[in-house]
Amino acid sequence: MDLVATITANWNYLIVILLMMGGLFIVISQNNMVKKLVGLAIFQTSVFLFYITVGKVAGGTAPILMSYGKAAYSNPLPHVLILTAIVVGVATTALGLALVLRIHAAFGSIEDDEVLAMKADAGMPRSKRSRSSDPDGSDPDGGDPA
Amino acid sequence: MSIASIIANLPALVVVIPLLLAPIAALIPISGAAWLVAVIGSGGALVSAFLLQGAVSNGSSFSYHLGSWPPPWGIEFVVDSASALTVLIMAALAFVATLFARKALPAEINEKDIGKAYSAWLLACGGLAGLVMTGDAFNLFVFLEISALSSVILIALGAGTDRRALVAGYNYLIIGAVGATFYVIGVGFIYAVTGSLNMADLAARIPDVQQDTVIMVGFGFMVAGILVKAAIFPVHIWLPAAYAYAPSAVSALLAAIATKASLYVLARILFTMFAGVPDVTALALEWVLIPLAIAGIFTGTILAIYENDIKKLLAYSSVAQIGYIALAFGIASTAGVAAGFIHIGNHAVIKGGMFLAVGGYFLALRSRVSLSAMTGLGRRMPITTTGFLICGLSLIGLPLTAGFISKLYLVRALIAEDMIIVMILVLVSSALSVAYLWKIVEILWQRPEGEEAPLHGGEAPALYIPLWILAIANLWLGVAPTPLVDSANRAAMHLVGGL
Amino acid sequence: MRDNPVLRTAAKILFAPIIVFGLYVQFHGDYSPGGGFQAGVIIAAAFILHGLIFGLEAGRRLVPEWLNLAMLAAGVLIYGGVGVAGMALDGLYLDYNVLLPDPSAGQHVGIILVEFGVGLTVTSVMLALFHAFAGFSEDRFADKPEDTAGGGSQ
Repeated sequence: MDLVATITANWNYLIVILLMMGGLFIVISQNNMVKKLVGLAIFQTSVFLFYITVGKVAGGTAPILMSYGKAAYSNPLPHVLILTAIVVGVATTALGLALVLRIHAAFGSIEDDEVLAMKADAGMPRSKRSRSSDPDGSDPDGGDPA
Repeated sequence: MSIASIIANLPALVVVIPLLLAPIAALIPISGAAWLVAVIGSGGALVSAFLLQGAVSNGSSFSYHLGSWPPPWGIEFVVDSASALTVLIMAALAFVATLFARKALPAEINEKDIGKAYSAWLLACGGLAGLVMTGDAFNLFVFLEISALSSVILIALGAGTDRRALVAGYNYLIIGAVGATFYVIGVGFIYAVTGSLNMADLAARIPDVQQDTVIMVGFGFMVAGILVKAAIFPVHIWLPAAYAYAPSAVSALLAAIATKASLYVLARILFTMFAGVPDVTALALEWVLIPLAIAGIFTGTILAIYENDIKKLLAYSSVAQIGYIALAFGIASTAGVAAGFIHIGNHAVIKGGMFLAVGGYFLALRSRVSLSAMTGLGRRMPITTTGFLICGLSLIGLPLTAGFISKLYLVRALIAEDMIIVMILVLVSSALSVAYLWKIVEILWQRPEGEEAPLHGGEAPALYIPLWILAIANLWLGVAPTPLVDSANRAAMHLVGGL
Repeated sequence: MRDNPVLRTAAKILFAPIIVFGLYVQFHGDYSPGGGFQAGVIIAAAFILHGLIFGLEAGRRLVPEWLNLAMLAAGVLIYGGVGVAGMALDGLYLDYNVLLPDPSAGQHVGIILVEFGVGLTVTSVMLALFHAFAGFSEDRFADKPEDTAGGGSQ
């Protein structure tokens, strides 16, 4: 059948699309800030896969110059681009996680909707805020710092 | 190193000087010394940008091959009328904001973190300069991410005074990363069918590609990603919180230059890379860019009228002004693109000045500057308020100010293209912007009821001198606009040619 | 974990070989998969293993905070320095051809130096991230009086 033939011929692109949409859905739908970062990482990984899969030459080996034998090499440029992009992704994830840690210290929660509700309670440091601003029972730390 | 070699390397120096001084600033624990490093960095970039603008003032252009690898194999920095003008505007505003930061940053950030703050500052300046100079599509992504991540750090540093800065920074990080990844997907599609990443080379290869669907999809992803970074409606939602809760000097820096660089990149994508497929770009301009720009203009203006926090008010106003620039680029004629560049320059000076003034208010009041807290400040801080007022009048487009020149050229470009309805909408929104400016002015000169909030130290020259540099620039650009207008015209001629 | 003899001995035995392997990956980036990023992460893994098993304070004693920051900056400056050296020797930025009289030898030296800078920076960044996240205590930021800023984490 035509559909099965198309799927088997383009299975690599299908995987890329699944990961991309899955990652984007997680970023949009999840409230937990760490889960959003996980979704972002999945989304970025799908893009890396896309570049690498496009760069593969049929019958080609890894793009490292071999001194013996004659070989067809895969395109080295996507590999180099993705190395850079991976490092950018690592930096983004690290920065995001550092912000999540600080948000938890300042707000007591890392759920997007709870933080949004708390934001309305002015932006003063925790010691100056009213104690009733923390929602009941949802904060695993038990609310206020020592 | 001879003078000749320094001049030959100017395109790289605009980016390299701030970038390489950033790690040095990170090591310095004394705020004064770190500030000096930042001044040297942004000052060096400004001098290089100025010399570059002089070099292309006759309409020529040249390219700089990084690593001596000739394009299209190597990465090149393109110096032409458009990039030289934009990088000069950005370097000038970055320098003025750095001068302001001398007193402003230590008041809001811990002393031991000042070195790292200036390091992020220099990375942002260098990254944005590289964004404008580069002629390679993937190198653009790298600089986009350098400037985005350093902007997130700068925004989140406002957590010392307002913890909402952390959430604003986080949201900017997520939305910005999604946008940048969309751009990379687009570049991937284009690379897959053309085999090149160099912008000029792509302009030559794209028209010959057989698979138009891939070109359209790639183009769509690239533009979508850049729209996120440029804060066009409806993906502008990261901007108000980010500018409102960041430290004052950071708000001024980002408001003046960050989104402008992305708008310049949008112009590059539309008019340089995809210049050979005008039917594809025309679709985007007519059905996406112009409607979204108009929506952004009205959303920004109307939300600004109802906002009580002055920094958020100015941020919404920025969304509206970015809409004007996007509209100007959307017209796609030489006059339209020139109007876009004129407003890039003028808005940088206007908004930069207004945020510097608000920074002065904040540092005097030591509390969040809501409109109620600003009551009567006009009388107690006259120098700052007069500067703020000049920039405000420029914002609404009073004749003899820079804003008037922008509006004039925009309206002229609209009339030339027979877009009368859009022109009426632009005039209506300009009238609406008077509403929020009047709101601010009224409060500033009102008599406060009850006792006045204490002023810490009054008006410091270190804070109002950068403001007045920009206020005078507003007036000068309004009275003698010829240099800016001519440069913008040259830039537009270079980008859209004889359209 | 410091009291468990198996973990302690394994960490002590593995520490040096991981670093040696990391250096191998670093300098063989010309001829096999490797280079600065990969080697930086491998070498950082050795220090992170040490920190995991023997505690954060012991890890910090091995690589103090100032040294971490200095290595970070030094790596970036080495990379940039190679670029500036290219400009100083009448080439363009990051021009490796002019670094040595023979262009292809210059390319070799240029790549090795920039990869070394990258490896140095990546190692220190990974280590700094580990210490920042593992050593993060909310008390430093939770209750701050209003006039001093909340400060940044290290």
